Amino acid sequence: MSASADAAHGHHYTTTGLDNRKIAIWAFIGSECMLFASLISTYLIYKGKSIVGPFPHTPWTDPSSGKVFPAILNIPVTSASTFVLLMSSLAMVLALSAVENRGKPLPPGAGAWDKALTSSKLWLWMTCLLGAGFLAFQAYEFTSFVHEGLTIRRNLFGSSFFTLTGFHGAHVTAGVIWLGSLLAIDYKRGLQPSDALAVDLAALYWHFVDVVWIAIFTLLYLIPG
Amino acid sequence: MATVAASPTYTASATPQRSRLMSWLTTTDHKVIGTLYLHTSLFFFVLGGLEALLIRWQLMRPNSVVLTADQYNQLFTMHGTTMVFLAIMPLSAAFFNYLIPLQIGARDVAFPRLNAFSYWIFLLGGVFITLPIFFWVAPDGGWFGYAPLSGRTYSPGPNMDFWVLGLQILGISSLAASFNFATTIINMRAPGMNLMRMPMFTWMSFVTQFLIILSFPVITIALVFLQFDRFFGTTFYQISAGADPLLWQHLFWIFGHPEVYILILPAFGLVSEVLPTNSRKPLFGYPVMAYSGILIGFLGFGVWAHHMFSVGMGPIADTVFGLTTMLIAIPTGVKIFNWIFTMWGGSIRFTAAMKFAIALIAMFVIGGISGITHASPPSDLQQTDTYYIVAHFHYVLFGGAILGIFAGIYHYFPKMYGRTMNETLGTWHFWLNFIAMNLTFFPMHFAGMLGMPRRIYTYDAGQGWELFNMMSTMGAFLLAPATLIFIYNFFRSKKHGEPCGPNPWDAPTLEWSIPSPPPEYNFAKIPMVTSRYPLWDLTHPERTAEIPHTQTGWTEATQQTGEHDMAPMHIETETRTAKELGIPMPSSTIKPFFVALGIVLMFSGLLFLPKGMKVPAFALMFGGTAMWVGYLYAWLTTPLEDHH
Repeated sequence: MSASADAAHGHHYTTTGLDNRKIAIWAFIGSECMLFASLISTYLIYKGKSIVGPFPHTPWTDPSSGKVFPAILNIPVTSASTFVLLMSSLAMVLALSAVENRGKPLPPGAGAWDKALTSSKLWLWMTCLLGAGFLAFQAYEFTSFVHEGLTIRRNLFGSSFFTLTGFHGAHVTAGVIWLGSLLAIDYKRGLQPSDALAVDLAALYWHFVDVVWIAIFTLLYLIPG
Repeated sequence: MATVAASPTYTASATPQRSRLMSWLTTTDHKVIGTLYLHTSLFFFVLGGLEALLIRWQLMRPNSVVLTADQYNQLFTMHGTTMVFLAIMPLSAAFFNYLIPLQIGARDVAFPRLNAFSYWIFLLGGVFITLPIFFWVAPDGGWFGYAPLSGRTYSPGPNMDFWVLGLQILGISSLAASFNFATTIINMRAPGMNLMRMPMFTWMSFVTQFLIILSFPVITIALVFLQFDRFFGTTFYQISAGADPLLWQHLFWIFGHPEVYILILPAFGLVSEVLPTNSRKPLFGYPVMAYSGILIGFLGFGVWAHHMFSVGMGPIADTVFGLTTMLIAIPTGVKIFNWIFTMWGGSIRFTAAMKFAIALIAMFVIGGISGITHASPPSDLQQTDTYYIVAHFHYVLFGGAILGIFAGIYHYFPKMYGRTMNETLGTWHFWLNFIAMNLTFFPMHFAGMLGMPRRIYTYDAGQGWELFNMMSTMGAFLLAPATLIFIYNFFRSKKHGEPCGPNPWDAPTLEWSIPSPPPEYNFAKIPMVTSRYPLWDLTHPERTAEIPHTQTGWTEATQQTGEHDMAPMHIETETRTAKELGIPMPSSTIKPFFVALGIVLMFSGLLFLPKGMKVPAFALMFGGTAMWVGYLYAWLTTPLEDHH
């Protein structure tokens, strides 16, 4: 965080020189790590323990009806949604950079791309839309799984899968709302370099939620068995 | 901030006077919130004590019919839940609130409104989980609510619904407070107060905040699973669906063991303030005391399965958890010895606080040693689920946490109210309490070794348990008058206690350098800290000659920020208003209260779901959500201070 942001608000002396909110968000993220660790561990402990299907990586035939349930997880679709979410982190970085550098003159010979990089509205929109896109993928995923016979009550896989990814989706939703409120401020009065901390806090949260998704995608989707 | 010169004629009547209730509901002052915590948790402590008295009355004689089995189950569940979550934790929180900003030389906590929110959601959550006992529909699955027993199949009534939702609400309070205090300690220390100069209470609180930050999310998830199982029919704890019957136990104790240290470390911190002050000597081995607190916190995450030796985890897990458990005895033992060495050669003053602090050392050693006996799995198999365990944890929680908290109350009461508590009554309270607790809990070791199980509502004669149970009950009924003396002394001394100056105990840390009770802004000038015992540097330099210090404090800070409200270490005696001094204070607000209320209403809605009452269920859930989201929005869009 820049010292000028502090001076602009006439903030008090702090021990670390950082704003209190910056320390608190890291403490919060530490706590969130344990939250997702508990959810992911439970999923892994229950992997292969479901008595009835459907299963994540293998088809299952219902012994009573003879009906065949295909493997549930659709890795190509989720790879696409993972890509969308990771790109939102890139947009987030650019949004923060645009806010931090607001008002700085462009170098001579700057092109359209350099200009685009200075628009915090553009990159906040991108982040929000990509986040919303990920949520749309998740909504599609959840509905199709339910149609294929996997509900949250069906078996251990259903319970632990929907709870874990549902918690993650709820975090993404909260992030989209947070970013949306920053966007609203940007439209109302324009985000200035002195607002960089506010954007930075949202960005830290956003990147954290993305990193958690990388763990979920790897452990749940990519590792078969 | 530049309003100093403009307001020389300021009088108190210039601010609109609010009623006392409104001033509590809207306060953002960490000191007021601290005393709210103190009174609320003392109330819950008495309530939990009354529950214990009913339990002991029932167990006084064999085949007793004072209570039914069902009532007994509710009482022991609520006794444990109340004492852990509504008495000891918030009693510690009372001291976090009151003392941390004063000890580190800050004017408030990092997030004053979040702090108010933590208190209100604790109070409402406490009421939520406590009310059902008055209608005999209270939680009845033990304070650790083992699933699948606590699932809908085996606990069909609303009892465990109150427990699951209540703990979820209380968890929000603890987590919000932990982020706040961790930030406060990291970021709001007075210039010169580096980590190795923090008062030991602040140190132990610091470790405690990290334990809360890292362990509470785990029980949150365990409770979410249970909540989903009970309300939405998921299968997390359904054995028929292939669920692991140990999942809850693991998740619960990964939280539950750090929780034990969350309960005891603040008390250790309080005692580490009382002992040096009343021995008129610096704390012996200060750095090792800090490190051993960190080590206890760290190891505390690696011992959870010692609560589960009897489930048959196999020799490797048993050995590992037995060893890590024994390891914790080392840093704990270091603390015990350092307290003793602190007193060694000191000029000891036996105040009531000092008596409680010394008793903590002795009683905690008994509880610690019985703890070591069940760190060994073969020995534990004989002891687990017997009264021996009940004896053990009451020696560490009553003999440790509660005695430490009493020491803290006697010691810090003068700071909070400007008057000392009556020492004669304090001595009566101490001796009666000390004798009664040993009479209550020591015989439980023998009853347990003779095979008396925990959580049974009655027992047959002729098993050799009668005498020990009678002794325990007598002890418990002796604890009641001891506590009454304390309560009487507490409320009487607020009005009629001996008025005292800023520093009645001649103590060495920053909180004693300002008036008692402190003004709303705490420090008119933030002191620059010269050593671990900045006040003794001024008043008793000979006592601090051997500890590291700098004579001037850290002046870089003032040069860095150009702030003028810092001053070399000094004693403040004058009480002026924040407005006169031009110190911006957070404005009062009701919003945190309504956010807390909205969250509690939202959770209450779930209670109606199992009964199929969808209309009140959804009305409460949506109404509550709308309430907390709306007030949170208003909170976040209102600046903290209205001086701009």
